[in-house]
Amino acid sequence: MSFKVKKAGLFTTVQDLGRYSFQRFGMSVAGAMDLYSLRLANILVGNEQSEAGLEATFMGPTLEFMEEEIIAITGADMGAKINGNPAPMWRSILMKKGDVLSFGGVKSGLRAYIAFSRKLDVPTIMGSKATFTRGRIGGFEGRKLADGDQIGFKEETLTGTKGHYLLKDQIPQYRSDDTIRVVLGPQDDHFPEESIDTFLSSTYSITNEADRMGYRLEGEKILHKEGPDIISDGIVFGSVQVPGHGMPIIMMADRATTGGYTKIATVITPDLYKLAQMGPGSKIRFSKVTVEEANAIYRKSETGIEEILKHVENNSFNIRDGRSMKLKVNGKSYSVEVNEIV
Amino acid sequence: MYDKVKYLPAGDSSLSMEFGNEISVQVNKRIRNTLAAIEEGPPEGLKELIPTYRSIQVLYDPMVTDFGQMVGKLQEIAESVGEGGSDNYRIVEIPTCYGGEYGPDIEFVAKHNDLSVEEVIKIHSSTDYLLYMLGFTPGFGYLGGMSEKIATPRLEVPRTIIPAGSAGIAGSQTGIYPIDSPGGWQLIGRTPIKLYDPLAEVPVLLNAGDYVRFKPISEDEFKKIHKLVQEGSYEVNIIHNGEVRLDVL
Repeated sequence: MSFKVKKAGLFTTVQDLGRYSFQRFGMSVAGAMDLYSLRLANILVGNEQSEAGLEATFMGPTLEFMEEEIIAITGADMGAKINGNPAPMWRSILMKKGDVLSFGGVKSGLRAYIAFSRKLDVPTIMGSKATFTRGRIGGFEGRKLADGDQIGFKEETLTGTKGHYLLKDQIPQYRSDDTIRVVLGPQDDHFPEESIDTFLSSTYSITNEADRMGYRLEGEKILHKEGPDIISDGIVFGSVQVPGHGMPIIMMADRATTGGYTKIATVITPDLYKLAQMGPGSKIRFSKVTVEEANAIYRKSETGIEEILKHVENNSFNIRDGRSMKLKVNGKSYSVEVNEIV
Repeated sequence: MYDKVKYLPAGDSSLSMEFGNEISVQVNKRIRNTLAAIEEGPPEGLKELIPTYRSIQVLYDPMVTDFGQMVGKLQEIAESVGEGGSDNYRIVEIPTCYGGEYGPDIEFVAKHNDLSVEEVIKIHSSTDYLLYMLGFTPGFGYLGGMSEKIATPRLEVPRTIIPAGSAGIAGSQTGIYPIDSPGGWQLIGRTPIKLYDPLAEVPVLLNAGDYVRFKPISEDEFKKIHKLVQEGSYEVNIIHNGEVRLDVL
């Protein structure tokens, strides 16, 4: 027994960092769209960063806890509530037996992540617990969660006692209008110079055709030198394909492993979370970095996560010491939980 | 095939080693040999290799290496590979029941090409097909070498569900659906063996560089093999370095 999915939300799946090493067999990677938020959620409950959690899109689920558990909510702000009271994000929370976690509509961002201090009891398939819905494998029965599902934990009892929190400036802010950095290539030489200029100087909007597989964009048309088709080759997270209609498509977590369209550029890994948190209608501009700069930005971003991990390890509170207090601030009443920092 | 392998950046943690801009047996062999050489002595920071028709997608960890270092090491390996390399290959026999409920479009394929159903079966099963790459869905192989005599356009209205194991024709390509999926290929038969089993230690039966040989079987044999596959006791016939049959009809 663990938690019951009272309402599944719009599209809630079990995700980890993805199913790598099997792409040569045509197996898509899947995994969290916003890997950064899932990693931070795991850090906050004391997990390995690669552990599986829940990814909720646009409208989060309602979960009833059948026993106590430490969780953390990160990513999009969907107005999380515990038993109807506002729940904090970006910190550990002790859910008690019978507590109900629910979400409203999305306020900022698009995808929220819930990490659990105990491992979700779902099978590891090809080294991963990520749900790949098109291939009907991974996660919970290879599908998105449905009302009435029940997910167990691998460990019988909760052993964690520590709570953790992030500092304000460690919490990412999501925008619906942002610049996304790319490395040109691998097929930028299939485009005339004017097309590269168009790609880098125009604003593109994300269309309604945007899901875990890819984001179709709309904006200035990008023309090819010759044709849009190439002999199929590899695709990675963030590959920007340009088919014959001249509108870019960014390949995301559930991408196919190979494809036959020219790829003008590739989004750098540290900017992928921005895209994952953007929905239809969001505006993006692309800016170019060299591959050397991209390698350096990647390392800086990983160092940032290491620093957060250090902060979290050095700052904890006893999760059972919480004391519920009622506060009145500027005439409004709040219920807050106070923990002593140790 | 290019004189020199091209190294193209694909973001901050991947690059494409491009060997040519064609679908050819020579490029495919070069790719397989290079893949084997990289796997024998993988450069530090290498995460994953994805062979395709004309390239190897290389995923690396930028915390350990970078684009420049990776290219340097891959160049050394690629240059040492040369033209020869390993000549090892497998011929994987796929027992296939043609026609009937398993291959509902075989009569259309026959009619389209002015052939009898028996001739379609004979032509389709007497050539060995080189598996260039896997992609599209888990375990789906892109096969080369089908005779133009049985080439048939895709269905005008794709089927919403095609059972796993179905063998089909689309234009001058042939292939097998590894999982139940929608699709527009002309279905000519079905194999009872599993090309894709997510719970198996090796989830996918076929590899790039294999030759696929379709072996016609009766409906009774299909049922027998199907039962053995379900019990986990069927052994796929794999011929190592055997004689490859090319399109001779």
